[in-house]
Amino acid sequence: MADDLFNSFMNGPDEQGRFGIFGGRFVSETLMPLILRLEDEYNKAKDDPEFWAEMNDLWTHYVGRPSPLYHAERLSEELGGAKIYMKRDELNHTGAHKVNNVLGQILLARRMGKTRIIAETGAGQHGVATATVCAKFGLKCIVYMGAHDVKRQAPNVFRMRLLGAEVIAVQSGRGTLKDAMNDALRDWVTNVHDTFYCIGTAAGPHPYPAMVRDFQSIIGKEVRTQLAEQEGEGRLPDTVIAAIGGGSNAIGLFHPFLDDKSVRIIGVEAGGKGVDDRIEHCASLTGGRPGVLHGNRTYLLQDGDGQIMDGYSISAGLDYPGIGPEHSWLHEIGRAEYVSITDKEALDAFQVSCRTEGIIPALEPSHALAHVMKIAPDLPKDHIIVMNMCGRGDKDVFTVAKHLGFDMSDTEEGRSFEE
Amino acid sequence: MTRIDAKFAALSAAGKKAFVAYVMAGDPDFETSLEVVKGLPGADVDVIELGLPFTDPMADGPTIQLAGQRALEAGMTLERTLELARRFREEDNTTPIVLMGYYNPIYNRGVDTFLEDAKAAGIDGLIVVDLPPEEDAELCIPAQKAGLNFIRLATPTTDDARLPRVLQNTSGFVYYVSVTGITGSAEAQAGDVGPEVARIKASTDLPVIVGFGINTPEKAENIASVADGAVVGSAIVSQIAAGKPVAEVLEFVKTLSDGAHRA
Ligand SMILES: Cc1ncc(COP(=O)(O)O)c(C=O)c1O
Repeated sequence: MADDLFNSFMNGPDEQGRFGIFGGRFVSETLMPLILRLEDEYNKAKDDPEFWAEMNDLWTHYVGRPSPLYHAERLSEELGGAKIYMKRDELNHTGAHKVNNVLGQILLARRMGKTRIIAETGAGQHGVATATVCAKFGLKCIVYMGAHDVKRQAPNVFRMRLLGAEVIAVQSGRGTLKDAMNDALRDWVTNVHDTFYCIGTAAGPHPYPAMVRDFQSIIGKEVRTQLAEQEGEGRLPDTVIAAIGGGSNAIGLFHPFLDDKSVRIIGVEAGGKGVDDRIEHCASLTGGRPGVLHGNRTYLLQDGDGQIMDGYSISAGLDYPGIGPEHSWLHEIGRAEYVSITDKEALDAFQVSCRTEGIIPALEPSHALAHVMKIAPDLPKDHIIVMNMCGRGDKDVFTVAKHLGFDMSDTEEGRSFEE
Repeated sequence: MTRIDAKFAALSAAGKKAFVAYVMAGDPDFETSLEVVKGLPGADVDVIELGLPFTDPMADGPTIQLAGQRALEAGMTLERTLELARRFREEDNTTPIVLMGYYNPIYNRGVDTFLEDAKAAGIDGLIVVDLPPEEDAELCIPAQKAGLNFIRLATPTTDDARLPRVLQNTSGFVYYVSVTGITGSAEAQAGDVGPEVARIKASTDLPVIVGFGINTPEKAENIASVADGAVVGSAIVSQIAAGKPVAEVLEFVKTLSDGAHRA
């Protein structure tokens, strides 16, 4: 089936940058020439062995790839069903999958002679990864972060500053990730000549969704090889599961398996306080409708007038009212399933991972893990699930402590665990 | 022939430059905004650009962003924006109205329904910031078929190779964005703008109107003197934001239109 090019799910996007009706290039005329040039440069780089040689070298020696594929034995036992593997992208330098993509885009920016890098960030992970790679290459880095997120992700703000980046707290709109993206786009329109916009997820105008996917696909490609090594030649996962903010870690895991019909593909959106009319969630596919924002057509949380709604999630990294266009397409054609997990379920999974595997996960992959915990018990023992452990939880311990009622504010005064 | 075509034909016959005023529909509320819009022809505004509020205006600076937020908070919608145009048309059947905004509210309503309703409400043209020529099939072509002008933005990054594509399905007039940036930011310089306008005019018979960064009567005059007209947006919206009475806002608009008409 993978050889059948006409029936492949892996050929998108088309020349218009579309996956079915999704994707496209909905940007102002000022940006259009830049986006066309970027597409051109990316197409050249993609076919240039030297570009990939440099990527691979950095992935190996700077990021620490390949990340392990780890059999979570105690967790599998506790759930009593499927055999669960974790793809350990939380062990990457900077603590999440974000750096996979940032390296690719920064190498491209260097090829294009751009000297000023801008990025948007929600949880701060993409901002930290961008600041890191910019420090490594001596590039000026400006990160836009919603004022609200600056408050709830303070450790990452400090990290970015340490790394030499300028962090701009975005006051426009309601001060969350979508507003940060708006302000990054406004910066780009203003500084077209020297600036490269390093987008942090598989969304935005074409070619970003395809480009970010290609850089993140290293995750799924490694899983393919590693699982064959551990389980025998040709053994594919039966189910792959990943959390979805904009959808970059998920598409990175999913894409290499799209044409393997036996592989069940599940994306997990942030259900917040529950997916209903109050829109206190970020489940664009389960609770939204198609619309146009940030350069692409995709599923969006919006009101009856087409105004974009602010979602809600305990996890700042999933707090985005849209989703990458390729996921919208995979959803509509039914190749992938999309479900949602609430804050509470994610918090439970977070603790289970700590307790059974000694892995403190980020809140984002905790959503994926929560869904694993829902389905694994009913699956046979030879059913292999691979979930993407796409980030570590250091950035989230404060948030989790607050939810679990543990006061970390004055631990220096000697407050003990017993209290 | 739309009201836009008729207006430019008349201006051209009289040897006059156009003055285009932008206001956000529903800012700070429906009634005040309607009063401002109704007063614009009396302040010698030739074309009205009516902003359609959107939560995520990625090409706008803080002034117009906040105007959109005020309008949305006061309950403005696409439906009410069309209602505002309808109410204006009860009294004025010649001044062209161009609806300016972003695609999602229009897409959300459904393109065909929207075009029918917009035409019935007396809208003459559309400027949709996030629809470049690459996406012409979405709205531009259907709009032209429905008898509405689709006015394209040309920018300093639109080079000679790209210009024909930008002009191809444009009608009414061409809106030259004088700076790379967002609304209300850098100031337009007539010295930079003149040659760019000439470059565009060499490829089209449509009028070329210049906007972004024009905020005083003098600027309006300078810029209009090297183009077919000038647009002022943020400077007018700022007056509304400051809570100036409608009469004062309109007096200010009159000084701007006088500036452009001196050119
Ligand atoms: C650890 C982690 N996982 C997931 C995400 C969500 O992004 P995406 O859906 O693009 O992978 C983020 C975003 O900040 C993140 O930090």
